[in-house]
Amino acid sequence: MTTINIDGSDYEVAAGENLLKAALSHHQDLPYFCWHPSLGSVGACRQCAVVQYQNPEDTRGRLVMACMTPVVDGMRVSVKAPNAVGFRAGVIEWLMENHPHDCPVCEEGGECHLQDMTVMTGHTSRRYRGQKRTFENQYLGPFLNHEMNRCITCYRCVRYYRDYAGGTDLQALGSRDRMYFGRFEDGVLDNIFAGNLVEVCPTGVFTDKPFSRTYTRKWDLQSAPSVCQGCSAGCNIFASERYGKLKRVHNRYHKDINGYFLCDRGRFGSSFVNSDLRLRQAGVRIEADLFQQVSIEAATQHLRDLADSGDVVGIGSPRASLEDNFALMSLVGEANFSCGMNDVEAAMMDQIFDLYAKTPDAVATITALERADVTLVFGDDPMNAAPRVALAIRQAARNVHFDMAVQAGVPTWQDAGVRGHAQHALSPLYIATPLPTGLDDVARQTSHAAPADLAVLGLQIADQIASPPSDDAEGFVANIARDLLAAQHPTCVCGTASAEPAVMQAFAAIITALIKAGRKPQMLCTSAEVNSFGVRRFAGLSLQGALDRMQQGSNAMVLQNDLYRREIPAMVSAALAGAGRVLVLDSFETATANAADIVLPVTTYAEHTGTVVNCEGRAQRAYQVFEAEGQDIQPAWRWLSDFEHIDDVLHACAALPAFEGLEAVSPEAGYRTATNSRVPRATHRFSGRTAATAHVSVHEPKTSVDTDTPFSFSMEGENTGQAGALIPYVWSPGWNSNQSLFKFQQEVGGSLTGGEPGVRLGFAPSKSSADGSASSRTKPATGEVNLIPHPQTFGSDELSSLVGAIVERCAPPTLWLNPDDARALGLSSRDGATWPDAKTTYLVQLSDQVTPGNALASVGVGTGQSVLPRDAVTLIKDSAFTPPPDLIARG
Amino acid sequence: MLSQLRTIWTILKHTFSRNETVQYPEEMPYLAPRYRGRIILTRDPDGEERCVACNLCAVACPVDCIALQKTETDGGRWYPEFFRINFSRCIMCGMCEEACPTYAIQLTPDFELCEYDRPNMVYEKEHLLIDGPGKYPDYSFWHVAGKAITGKDKGTAENEKPPVQVRSLLP
Ligand code: SF4
Ligand code: SF4
Ligand code: SF4
Ligand code: SF4
Ligand code: FES
Repeated sequence: MTTINIDGSDYEVAAGENLLKAALSHHQDLPYFCWHPSLGSVGACRQCAVVQYQNPEDTRGRLVMACMTPVVDGMRVSVKAPNAVGFRAGVIEWLMENHPHDCPVCEEGGECHLQDMTVMTGHTSRRYRGQKRTFENQYLGPFLNHEMNRCITCYRCVRYYRDYAGGTDLQALGSRDRMYFGRFEDGVLDNIFAGNLVEVCPTGVFTDKPFSRTYTRKWDLQSAPSVCQGCSAGCNIFASERYGKLKRVHNRYHKDINGYFLCDRGRFGSSFVNSDLRLRQAGVRIEADLFQQVSIEAATQHLRDLADSGDVVGIGSPRASLEDNFALMSLVGEANFSCGMNDVEAAMMDQIFDLYAKTPDAVATITALERADVTLVFGDDPMNAAPRVALAIRQAARNVHFDMAVQAGVPTWQDAGVRGHAQHALSPLYIATPLPTGLDDVARQTSHAAPADLAVLGLQIADQIASPPSDDAEGFVANIARDLLAAQHPTCVCGTASAEPAVMQAFAAIITALIKAGRKPQMLCTSAEVNSFGVRRFAGLSLQGALDRMQQGSNAMVLQNDLYRREIPAMVSAALAGAGRVLVLDSFETATANAADIVLPVTTYAEHTGTVVNCEGRAQRAYQVFEAEGQDIQPAWRWLSDFEHIDDVLHACAALPAFEGLEAVSPEAGYRTATNSRVPRATHRFSGRTAATAHVSVHEPKTSVDTDTPFSFSMEGENTGQAGALIPYVWSPGWNSNQSLFKFQQEVGGSLTGGEPGVRLGFAPSKSSADGSASSRTKPATGEVNLIPHPQTFGSDELSSLVGAIVERCAPPTLWLNPDDARALGLSSRDGATWPDAKTTYLVQLSDQVTPGNALASVGVGTGQSVLPRDAVTLIKDSAFTPPPDLIARG
Repeated sequence: MLSQLRTIWTILKHTFSRNETVQYPEEMPYLAPRYRGRIILTRDPDGEERCVACNLCAVACPVDCIALQKTETDGGRWYPEFFRINFSRCIMCGMCEEACPTYAIQLTPDFELCEYDRPNMVYEKEHLLIDGPGKYPDYSFWHVAGKAITGKDKGTAENEKPPVQVRSLLP
């Protein structure tokens, strides 16, 4: 610790930090633009000037940029000194010389860091009488607006997009006062983390396009802390609503998970809540394709009858909360409950549970991956499976920069210095996946092969770790083994997307070998859905077992699960046809719901409170944001159980051994802040309360009392000093933008003042004894291929694919083939290919990275159903197929 | 005693002074143009809706009686999809007019807002929008703003240079 003196008061700050971060960590109001807690300092904007004094006698001091000044013990600085204040006001005045008169029509207005800093420095009217410089804008795709006139040349966007997220198609162009931040030409921004520009850019240059369409000011949004439903990473989000629609999602800082950034699937895909496919009424089938609406009471009676029938299976879902799954399991009984994953995925989840249970200390947090000095990405591409995890891995590739900087005496926050010194040095990152990944550009070595072959490769790596290779041994396997053994934080990441248990088995072998060798590895395994790691903790039937029972005539209750996405369609249809009565609880009209006898509408994550478990085993609560529209919609646990409050369901669930410690997930409904208040969902400036519903009734409705959470559905309460899990939005006097986050942190980039949200649960070995040491896939005959599912970042996830902007961003259904196989099958690049029971024609892409005899098929949007791995499929050329135009064309 | 007499005298004196009572509504009082009465939404000199749905009036309103939703024309102009004022709550304080950056919302000297049914006091955009510019006949926000809309490209607003040639290498 170091002591510094700011304006006469002493502060303890972390040694070696820069002065700006130190001052902000003590919640000082010091303006800045170009510095970002995750991007470091470059001193580009000159906004953070303070006066530094030489010694106790010095009264004049000199101006320094706080972000570029290391703290030293006993240093004396002033934020309030008149020349510092004047300098900062001058800088803003320059920046505003060309600034457009846009605030009223700017999506940043009301949460604009530039507005905040302008007000803070006291600049109120433009004295400069010259003409304003203007720019043309670009089309950047379905996610982002571009309004270059508002740029203040802080360089944050390119530093984030290129240096942090690894994008290549956004650059700083031009010279002098013509600096332009955009692409070479109009087109979709390629990087899947581009959406963070909305929050990184301190002005309104990059704004959220779908949000802009039905824009609402930040002060008018009703928000709650929530958890992204896009994948198993469990990134924390602020979800915000107005007029009954989910309007937008912003990043909610979590030190161990998402830090300051989200991926685009989460940011833009979370508004599936507003889908036109929402179910809003309970219905009972009266004819083949006719449902009749029934009352809640009648629907509940149907549900009771089914539950009492004595022969009912319950199929849960990895996209439903723990509470909902628990309520279903309790109703039908453990022996009749299936977690709803297909058997391959369930087997892989069990392998992960076994591995996590055996080596609990090795389970990494997502941000811990950033600290890895050697990383192995094994089995599937995290860019598709859990994108935020991939962003963390990308940071790990840079760790050597910091080591080099420390050796050279350059502070690690001195971004330009660190990068300039390290040049292109990279920490070892090895990638072994079926196809090239979005991380290959920072990988030291890659190997792409079919999952079955990757499994073999993995076992070789494990062998080499057990009997280390000689120093001069060459090759992929030897290099990985040597580097992992030499590393301080050897880190390995795997996932279930390969749908090949042998891959997970090999991964476990690598981890076990590292531990046997006396190393302390870190690992993380991802899965496809938000609550896979929660629902798999409920024991019970396999999905196959549940479908078999249905086929034999059992009744069924299906919770938020489209079975057609899980299993081979013919098998699902047979089960649904054979079953007695089928009751589906879902938020959306799915193929399964359409085949049901009774359909009950349930709320989504934004309309109820629910707990989910992420890939680190962290249980987290996503709080209700707003009340669902439609009288019949209720949370599934309310349909399924007699519990009064969500906390009661949670307690009952926590009594199961697999959920020990779950009660600590977050404060309960009775929690109140230090001043005995609730936490408000709405900001204190929330407008329109006496007019919003006046067209329906001029009498203002009574505000609903939330009996399930510590939040209020109004502006009443106090958004300060609460537990870290209960921050509905960030705001602090003078800081309207998301930069106000630092007022909620103990120190910048550190823990939240109220502690970290969520609780990590332990892992117990699974009861099944999955043995996947060898792949069960067979070699295909000539003229046939083995089909391997290949999930995509956009379109493979069920929920986000309900959002228009995500669909716009999806690639067409694609089949990747080895050129040799393609030649043998008479297919060439951009041809159309299909197979007998495929739902669509796939665009053929050739890649010599595909192991001969295999074809990788994209999963999701446009492909009809998800593809399960399948052996020996005969591909047929579709000669009527016209390839779709390239995505990056101007829209 | 003296004070009582003086009071009686003062009151009596009023018998001979001019009558202040106005025979409203036969006789209308004079109200200055800046009197704060019924609210209108105005149009800019080009006849287009002035309001850009910025929400500043709504947030300024102390009784929260303005609600609106932003939407956009194909040409990029922001405008309110709906704009509602609940006059049964409005206190005619003029904060909304004060906050409006486009001079769209204006208070008028019409104070005759009486209804038997409160719901009739809820005005939608079609009730609020007039055909003229009201008090500021010349101002057009879109001619000042930097955002381009159909008919006003980048660099053609007031006090703007033509768009930068990014590819230029001249110093
Ligand atoms: S970037 Fe900020 S200051 Fe600039 S127009 Fe937008 S809201 Fe106003
Ligand atoms: S576009 Fe935004 S982030 Fe990029 S330089 Fe301009 S103001 Fe900074
Ligand atoms: S006059 Fe005052 S009370 Fe009435 S709408 Fe305007 S701001 Fe609200
Ligand atoms: S302040 Fe003016 S421009 Fe903004 S929403 Fe209100 S009336 Fe429209
Ligand atoms: S924040 Fe210090 S110079 Fe930009």
